[in-house]
Amino acid sequence: MKKLSARRRHPLAAVVVLLLALLFSGGLYAVFAPTSKAEADETAQSLTIEEGKKLYSVGCASCHGTGGQGTSDGPSLVGVGAAAVDFQVATGRMPAATSQGPQVPKKKNVYSQAEIDQLAAYIASLGAGPAIPTEEQYGPQGADIAKGGELFRTNCAQCHNFTGKGGALTHGKYAPTLEGVAPKHIYEAMETGPQNMPSFPDTTLSEKNKKDIIAYLDAVNSSKSESPGGLELGGLGPVSEGLFGWIFGLGGLIAVAVWVAARTAKAKKS
Amino acid sequence: MSTAQDRRKAPAGERVADWADGRLGIYSLAKANMRKIFPDHWSFMLGEICLYSFIIIILTGVYLTLFFHPSMNEVEYHGSYVPLQGQLMSEAFASTLDISFDVRGGLLIRQIHHWAAIIFLAGMFVHMMRVFFTGAFRKPREINWLFGFLLFVLGMFTGFTGYSLPDDLLSGTGVRFTQGAILSVPIVGTYISMFLFGGEFPGTDFVARFYSIHILLLPGIMLGLVVGHLILVFYHKHTQFAGPGRTNKNVVGMPLLPVYMAKAGGFFFLVFGVIAALAGIATVNPIWVLGPYRPDQVSTGAQPDWYMGFAEGLVRAMPGWEINFWGHTLVLGVFIPLVLFGLFLGIIALYPFIESWVTGDKREHHILDRPRNAPTRTAFGVAWVTGYMIMLIGGGNDIVATHFHLSINAVTWFVRIGFFAGPVLAFIVTKRICLGLQRRDKEKVLHGRESGIIKRLPHGEFIEVHEPLSQEQMYTLTAHEQYEPVEIGPTVDENGVERKVKGSEKLRAKLSESYYGEGAQIPKPTAEEYREITSGHGHH
Repeated sequence: MKKLSARRRHPLAAVVVLLLALLFSGGLYAVFAPTSKAEADETAQSLTIEEGKKLYSVGCASCHGTGGQGTSDGPSLVGVGAAAVDFQVATGRMPAATSQGPQVPKKKNVYSQAEIDQLAAYIASLGAGPAIPTEEQYGPQGADIAKGGELFRTNCAQCHNFTGKGGALTHGKYAPTLEGVAPKHIYEAMETGPQNMPSFPDTTLSEKNKKDIIAYLDAVNSSKSESPGGLELGGLGPVSEGLFGWIFGLGGLIAVAVWVAARTAKAKKS
Repeated sequence: MSTAQDRRKAPAGERVADWADGRLGIYSLAKANMRKIFPDHWSFMLGEICLYSFIIIILTGVYLTLFFHPSMNEVEYHGSYVPLQGQLMSEAFASTLDISFDVRGGLLIRQIHHWAAIIFLAGMFVHMMRVFFTGAFRKPREINWLFGFLLFVLGMFTGFTGYSLPDDLLSGTGVRFTQGAILSVPIVGTYISMFLFGGEFPGTDFVARFYSIHILLLPGIMLGLVVGHLILVFYHKHTQFAGPGRTNKNVVGMPLLPVYMAKAGGFFFLVFGVIAALAGIATVNPIWVLGPYRPDQVSTGAQPDWYMGFAEGLVRAMPGWEINFWGHTLVLGVFIPLVLFGLFLGIIALYPFIESWVTGDKREHHILDRPRNAPTRTAFGVAWVTGYMIMLIGGGNDIVATHFHLSINAVTWFVRIGFFAGPVLAFIVTKRICLGLQRRDKEKVLHGRESGIIKRLPHGEFIEVHEPLSQEQMYTLTAHEQYEPVEIGPTVDENGVERKVKGSEKLRAKLSESYYGEGAQIPKPTAEEYREITSGHGHH
């Protein structure tokens, strides 16, 4: 210790301390940072990444840059995570057309799930981000539907409507309908916040909260949800009800009135 | 005629009638009214649609009151609708869920009640337009027009207080909207809001208060107005369209008993049937998916029922202007729409008085106008409806934007410009169409109907054969009278003293000129013109 103490004013001491500090923090990061998989399948993993990179250079690089760093046509993909890739590509939003309207629409997906996984692995390798959720995370087991409804009305309904039928945003943008969207994709959308949507990381909406919301949507806005009152009329509220009432209600009654008036006891013409 | 045979006991029915006549005087009443004549036209049944849907609303409403709890006490829901179980909500919302899922026939009755309300208001709107465009509001029916207008406005507010009762997220948003409109009134707004809600919004009182207003106060006044409206229809007798044998002094049609009693009674059941079918087929106001009201939640697509959509549109289209002075805020973005709401409805209510002032016509009118024969009135009405419809689009601007893939900003700008330009354009176009139709009528009277038969004359000319109209048709097309524009009159009297012409007099002359002056109506064919054309060479 005496030796060390004697050299503490050495001109290089600061450099050594700095190096030690960097080594220490770097080591800490290496220990605590999420390592994606055990070393065992490292080769398989790097192969996947390699494949993903190939797909990336063909389908994505023209807008997002050759290394995912982003260009004027597309944002950087460093740190967006595998969940974002899975959502964007599997719902067909990416790759997007070169000339966009106000918003990138959902369309037919052209990639297989295996290819999407490769792409996702490549993007995830660029920087840590949310991973693709597992069935356990978004599945309906143990979810509280009522709580999900409350959370949905608090966090989602102002753009997506009461039961997720979608709604308008400014300048032609819109919150899309959530009908027929896979639970996995709903989960990923909440986690990553695509396009105009804010993201709801686990610190904002816990894993359990997301599960509840997905279960609620499944109960009220899916092919198996019931409509006890009859036709839903789009689930859009009074606008479609008013239109239906005017056309079929009053329209029908006027047709009946015309029919009744035409069928009267007429006085004989002299 | 009193023979021994007649002194036998009269049949039971007659004895009951005698008994009632001795106490109620029904014989003279029946004699006066049983043969009351009503003319036949489908558009005269629009009012009946309103009356019957009103009755249906009252009947179903009574059933709903048996199960509804107008209370804002917080309860935890444990009924049969799973996606809300365990949620905290007001008793009002919970009892509406119970009506929908646990009361026998409750959902059907709720939906009949709500659909009937939508149809009632729509029916009143169309009925009002029928009366407007045929000029049925003219003397002596101005007061009945006002009764009808009041029924429409009260119907709007009865509907509003009604759909607010379940305390669901959608209607709660609407109540908040209304409170915002009240708050925008300078000086008294905050006081009225505090008074109405018993303190800060939403408080714990408004459902109970809206309940009294919805089931007692407003329907009570409306029932009185409906009775008054019908009494006046009886008293004035029904109007009729012009035609041979129909004059200002008679009514041509069928008697109340038995023809109209049977028809009207049957029509009631038809109306009930259509509304019940609608309620059986389509959901209205599914409060279970809307969820209970909480002031911290809101959904997109939050519109009022259609009859309030016009007010919603005014607020949505209005830029969010406000003025701040000395620590006070005047929210013009809400207050101007609130004022416009009153003015826009008020102008149509007052129109009959404006028109009678312009024409100076104090005579009674029982023969209806065809809309084309009153071009300025018709154009004004169409302009009003256009403004109304544009505001309805404004009220649903987000739904329009998403369903037609438009920008909501573009829709809003269309509505802003359309609210001013639309009515003007509609006025000009309608007036021109009316004049065109008048010209066509004149042509038809003078030259007959185009038969579509082409004839070749011996010298090679082709002509179309025109078929002369029947005497009845010609009478119907020329029965209307045409006003002369009002003149200001000589401004100098016989002694050469100049008379002062009031501004209102000048305005009236100007309006009258625009109503009936040159180019504002096509002079209808005269008998001389007709004779001149038909006596000579047949065709032109």
